[in-house]
Amino acid sequence: MTARIVHIAHNTFREAVRDRILYNLIAFALLLSGAAILVGQISIDIERLVVVNLGLTAVSLFGVVIAIFIGIGLVSKEIEKRTLYTVLSRPVRRWEFIVGKFFGLAGTLVVNTFFMAIGVFGALLYVAHRFSAPDAGILVALYFIILEFLIICALALLFSSFSSPLLSAVFAFSLFVIGSFADDLRGFAGMAHGFTRWIATGAAYLVPNFSALNVISAVAHQQALGGQLVLQNTLYALFYSAMALSGAVLIFERRNLK
Amino acid sequence: MAAIEILGLEKTYMVGFWRKRPKQALHPLHLSVEEGEIFGFLGPNGAGKTTTLKMLMGLVFPTAGTARILGREWTDPEVKAQIGFLPEQPYFYDYLTAHELLDYYGQLSGIPARDRRRRVEEMLVRVGLSDIKGLQLRKFSKGMLQRVGIAQAILHNPKLIFLDEPMSGLDPLGRREVRDLIEQLKQEGKTVFFSTHILSDAEALCDRVAIIHKGELRGVGAVEELTRNVQGKVEVVWQGTIVPASMKALGAECHVSGDTVRAVISEKQQDAAIDALRRDRIRLISITPLRTSLESYFVEKLQHSPTAAGSSAGVSA
Amino acid sequence: MRARRITLFFSASLVVSMVASILLLRNIDQIRPKASIEDVLYVDSPKLIQRTSLGFNGLMACIYWTRTVQYFGHRHYSREMSYNELAPLLEITTALDPHLLPAYQFGASFLAPPPPDGAGEPQRAIQLMEYGIQHNPDSWQLYYEFGFVYYTELHDYKKAAEVFARGADVPGAHPFLRIMAAQTAQHAGELETARMLWAATYQTSHETNIRQNALEHLRAIKVDEDVTRLEEDVTRFGKRTGRLPGNMAELVAAEHLPGLPVDPDGNPYQLDAQGRVLLEHPDDFPFVTRGLPPGYKPSGPLRFHSNS
Repeated sequence: MTARIVHIAHNTFREAVRDRILYNLIAFALLLSGAAILVGQISIDIERLVVVNLGLTAVSLFGVVIAIFIGIGLVSKEIEKRTLYTVLSRPVRRWEFIVGKFFGLAGTLVVNTFFMAIGVFGALLYVAHRFSAPDAGILVALYFIILEFLIICALALLFSSFSSPLLSAVFAFSLFVIGSFADDLRGFAGMAHGFTRWIATGAAYLVPNFSALNVISAVAHQQALGGQLVLQNTLYALFYSAMALSGAVLIFERRNLK
Repeated sequence: MAAIEILGLEKTYMVGFWRKRPKQALHPLHLSVEEGEIFGFLGPNGAGKTTTLKMLMGLVFPTAGTARILGREWTDPEVKAQIGFLPEQPYFYDYLTAHELLDYYGQLSGIPARDRRRRVEEMLVRVGLSDIKGLQLRKFSKGMLQRVGIAQAILHNPKLIFLDEPMSGLDPLGRREVRDLIEQLKQEGKTVFFSTHILSDAEALCDRVAIIHKGELRGVGAVEELTRNVQGKVEVVWQGTIVPASMKALGAECHVSGDTVRAVISEKQQDAAIDALRRDRIRLISITPLRTSLESYFVEKLQHSPTAAGSSAGVSA
Repeated sequence: MRARRITLFFSASLVVSMVASILLLRNIDQIRPKASIEDVLYVDSPKLIQRTSLGFNGLMACIYWTRTVQYFGHRHYSREMSYNELAPLLEITTALDPHLLPAYQFGASFLAPPPPDGAGEPQRAIQLMEYGIQHNPDSWQLYYEFGFVYYTELHDYKKAAEVFARGADVPGAHPFLRIMAAQTAQHAGELETARMLWAATYQTSHETNIRQNALEHLRAIKVDEDVTRLEEDVTRFGKRTGRLPGNMAELVAAEHLPGLPVDPDGNPYQLDAQGRVLLEHPDDFPFVTRGLPPGYKPSGPLRFHSNS
């Protein structure tokens, strides 16, 4: 069972690599270098702040785009192209397929983030000329970004299991945007009355809370993050992803393949 | 033991804008296939052959009915280790090479790592693909893809192989190779279930066939029997251009071509014909029983509405 | 059946994960650094926010408006003594959408008053009003808010009257502005004028905090009036009898008052030994200036009342 999941994950990763998705790293590197050089010249005493903010935001955004871009096709493309037939005619369970795809996609993003992290630290070194202890916070921020990715991957997979790539992209992206404003959604819910309040509050809790996972500003200001926060956010990301994946499995198990 | 037992598998789709209209893709099907035989599943395009196969593979869920494959429930995932499947017009991960693809499938089928490489090589040779190392599947021709498809179907040495239109996309040489391969599989004791709309292939290969049309089973039987000399006619060929009067008296249809005459007479008149020719000292070249072709059986079955229970409106949509 | 087992497992997993996620989220909310608003305002330049809104200024304005109200509401409820982010939040909101009138009204009510009732920044309130009027010259309501700030917090009655008069000149202005201009000019500093202002605010606003604030002021005015009148009665009693009344009942009888005097909550006013009229529950009446025992300090959480 585990072996099959690993093989599917590995194949998914291989597909992403051969799809030249990792070329995005070049665009990222260019962006970051350009910004670093620009900021280094303007030198208004907040170079470090800008590089950290810009770098981490770029890692996050690039990653989300990739996650959605690849994720939406993970299932629907295989159904469309009928590459699934020869896979499912083997002793592979449908749920193993979904879980394997998830790990493959998540793995791709982790690798991608790893390379981007090198870029960020490189740019930081360039503008600040040395590292300081609080810079370790960047690693924590990157960890949180990876947690975000897990959720996005699971959601993209969920949508891919029942809807076309285009619609999946729309849904996934919308949820990302709404999730980033989850705190405000909670605020809106707090000000509403009656039935609307119930619905809004429910939505506010069910939407993936990316604002909780967004510690970029805190890290940029070199604020420390409590261990409890890290632990609970990790658990949240894991449970939320599990929820989305369970949904994907339940849908996919029932799907008649054309 | 029956290799395949289909017990009333049925599939109805809901079509129309509101998904309210039922369209029956497959009426309840009852069929069984014995171990070790080559079974042909025949029918025109859209008859329900692929639907049946997809249901057996677990790709589509039946509206009703069950099936047993190699003695187990068809939904049992362990069954899949013993079967191979070649879908119609297969499509594979085109960013992989054939070696990588087969290796991946081997992993999923549970072939241990040390055997895999060897098996993959063997299979590729067996299906006639060589010199393709490092070539991505997106560069393969249709015929090459078909061969890869067959390779992946038999890679893990399954006991039962399902082939959906195995000859499609192949040139005559390729078709001959596939035919030989299927024969070999039978020699190895495997069961082959293949669907096709090309009757000559079925006639040449199959032990038994089933004919399906518009989702209904129209006929099942051994090829031998179905093509037996039902009509009871015999073809007589003799040297020369003369038709003896006695032959004409038998009411034979005679046809002269070149320096031979060909006549069709009933089986019972066979002896009388031989005597007639000998009396006139005409040299007999051959006497051959005329066989009904599978084709005419096929066409006949297609035109008949089924008399069995079921909807009578089966013929017209 | 196998399929059923899988369905069961993953359905259970779905439900468990959902519940766990929600519970964790509630937990996380507790322990997240409350500095989230400061995060929000890391970029406290309205222009920059405008640019990064990618043209979705209106939506961002709504979001910032919500945050402003939440920010103030939370801090006000816990009687915080600083509202440093209130002015920037309002400035950002109005920079993103200069036509968001409720924001100006909010600023008028809560930027000027001193903590814990407001941010204590009347000058920024003035700036906000002027900005608003500049962008909404047809909006007579803004003149009202503007004058309101001058009157209630800056006590600059001359300026208040001027602004009301300007507002009254706006075509389509509510006649009330003309009345207020006159009232302010002639009866500045009187309780009746204040009552007119707060009543107007209470009636015209839909925002909970603003209405609540206005209501409390109106209650306070009533109490101030009552206490002033009662203390005049005490003085009269004292002049007549040469001593102080022993209790309220005596005063009522001697001065022929209509009945035992009660505050807006229905609690009777108290009379202390020094002849001062006191509220029974001073905590229920923020903004009150009379009727408080000496050395009184408000304590406990803010309580909200629903009628005057």
